[in-house]
Amino acid sequence: MQTEQFYYDNKIVKKFVNATIFWGIIGMSVGLLLAFMFLFPNVTDGISWLSFGRLRPLHTNAVIFAFVGNAIFAGVYYSTQRLLKARMWKDWLSNLNFWGWQAIIVGAAITLPLGYTTSKEYAELEWPFDIAIAVIWVAFGANLIGTMIKRRQRHLYVAIWFYLATFVTVAVLHIVNSIELPVSALKSYSAYAGVQDALVQWWYGHNAVAFFLTTPFLGLMYYFVPKAADRPVYSYRLSIVHFWSLIFIYIWAGPHHLLYSSLPEWAQNLGVAFSIMLIAPSWGGMINGLLTLRGAWDKVRTDPVLKFMVVAITCYGMATFEGPMLSLKNVNAIAHFSDWIIAHVHVGALGWNGFLTFGMIYWLVPRLFKTKLWSIKLANAHFWVGTLGIIMYALPMYVAGFVQASMWKQFNPDGTLTYGNFLETLNEIIPMYWMRAIGGSLFIIGAFIMLYNVIQTVRQGSKVTDELAEAAPLERVTRKRTAKEGYHTWLERRPVKLTIYATIAILIGGMVQMFRP
Amino acid sequence: MSIIYLLLTISVFVAVVFFIAFVVSVRKGQYDDTYTPSVRMLFEDELVKEKPASEEKKSTVLNQSNN
Repeated sequence: MQTEQFYYDNKIVKKFVNATIFWGIIGMSVGLLLAFMFLFPNVTDGISWLSFGRLRPLHTNAVIFAFVGNAIFAGVYYSTQRLLKARMWKDWLSNLNFWGWQAIIVGAAITLPLGYTTSKEYAELEWPFDIAIAVIWVAFGANLIGTMIKRRQRHLYVAIWFYLATFVTVAVLHIVNSIELPVSALKSYSAYAGVQDALVQWWYGHNAVAFFLTTPFLGLMYYFVPKAADRPVYSYRLSIVHFWSLIFIYIWAGPHHLLYSSLPEWAQNLGVAFSIMLIAPSWGGMINGLLTLRGAWDKVRTDPVLKFMVVAITCYGMATFEGPMLSLKNVNAIAHFSDWIIAHVHVGALGWNGFLTFGMIYWLVPRLFKTKLWSIKLANAHFWVGTLGIIMYALPMYVAGFVQASMWKQFNPDGTLTYGNFLETLNEIIPMYWMRAIGGSLFIIGAFIMLYNVIQTVRQGSKVTDELAEAAPLERVTRKRTAKEGYHTWLERRPVKLTIYATIAILIGGMVQMFRP
Repeated sequence: MSIIYLLLTISVFVAVVFFIAFVVSVRKGQYDDTYTPSVRMLFEDELVKEKPASEEKKSTVLNQSNN
C-alpha cells in the first residue's frame, strides 16, 4: 500500500506547553501568597482585590483550568496526532482553542480579584465567561472528533477514549451547572436554589475533579508513560476495563460532598456507595501505570521523566484511596472543614497533576525541538525539590486536620465546647502552616528550575513547526467479513464483554428503579 | 428534590451515550486485539530524526579523527 506523507502540527503543542509553564508559575505563586496569608493575615490589608476571599478562587481557577487545562491541551494535541496518524483537523480550530482559552484565563485573572463571582466553587466565573468556555470547549471537541474522522489508524488507542470522554462529560457538566439568569453584564443568579443548587454544584464540582483532573490525565498517562519507558502498557485489556468502569462510576459520586447536609439521606448514601466502588477502577489504572515500568525500573533510577511519572501515579493511587475513605460518613465527620481536605487535594494537584505535567514537559520539549534536555541534573534537582515540597506540604496539613477535628469535638461536662474560640485551634496549627508555606515554596522553586532548563533546551534546539511524518492511509473494512454474523453469535464469542455489558445494564437499571418517586 | 430528576436524566443520558459508544466500538472490532495497540503506539513515524546538538557534532568529529 502506498504511504502518505503529512505534517504534524508541533507549533500548537509548543504554544500550550509555554502557556502551561507560564500559568503554572502564576497559579502556584498566588497559592503561595495565600499560604503566607495564614501566617501574616494583614499582609494585603486595605487592598480589596488582594484579599484572601478573592485570591482563593483565582488560585484554584489558575491551577486547575490554566495550568492543568493547558497541560491537557498540550498533551492531547501532541498525542492525538501521533496516535491517529493525522494532523489536527483544522489549524484554525487549534488556534481558536489556544487563544480563546488564554483570553478566558486573562478574563478570570481580572474579574475574580475584582470580586465578580457566581460563588459556585470551581465555577466562579460569571456568565459571559461561561458562554465563552462552552464555545471554546466545543471547538476543542470538534477538532478532536474531526481528527478522529480523518485518521489513518483505524484502532483508537485507549488514550483517545479518555480524551473523548473528557470532552463529552465536561461539556455536559459545565453547561448544566452554568444555567443562570443574567441580571447585568457581570452578575447572574443560578437557575437552581437551596439544596438543589448545592447538589448540581457538587455533581459538577466532583466531576470537574473526575473529568478535568483525572480522565484526561489518565489518557496522558497511557500515552506518555509507555513512551517514556519504551515499554507497552502493562495490560491493554485492563486499560479498557479501567476506562469504561471509571467513566460509568465516577459521575454518581458527587453527593459525598454534601454529607450531613439537608440533602436526603438516600442521596448521600448513594454518593458514598459509588465513591467506595471507585477504588476498583482507580487502582486498576494506578497499577496499570506502575506495572508498565516492570523490567524498566533501572531506567527510573536515571531518567527524571520516569521519576516524575512514578511519583505522579503513586500520588494518584494515594489520593484515590483517600477520596473514598473521606466519603465515608464517619471519616467525613472528622475531615470535613478541616485542613485534611487541603492535604487531600494537594496530593492530587501537586503530585498527580503537577508531577505528570512536569514529566510530560521534560519528555516533550526535547522532542519538539529536536535536541536533548539541556540538563538532566537540574531536572533531577527539580524532582527532589518538588517531592520534598509535596511531603512538606501534605504531611503538616494532615496533622493540622487531625488537630482541628479533635479540638473541635472536645466538650465540657455541661455540653459546651472546650475550645469555643476558633483562634485556640488556629494557634495550635500555626507551625503546620509554616511548614506548608515552606513546602509550597520548594514546589515553586522546582517549577522555576524547570523553566530555566526548558529555556536552555529550547535555545540549543532547532525549530520544527511542522513535523513530517509518514503513514499508510486507512483501508476499508469489507462488509463480507462481518456480514453473516448474528448479534448473539457475536456476543457469545466475547464472554468478558458480555459480563461487562450485563453489569452496566444492571447498574443503569438499578439506578432508574431506585429513583422512582 | 425535583432537581434529582434532571440530574438523573442527564447522568443516565451520558451513561447511555457511553454505553452505545462502547457497544459500537466493540462491534467495530476496537477491542478484538488487546495486545498489538499497546506496542504499536511505541513506534515513531516522524521522518526527521533528532538533529545532533553542537556538542554531539564535536564528539563525532573527535570520533572521526580517532579513526
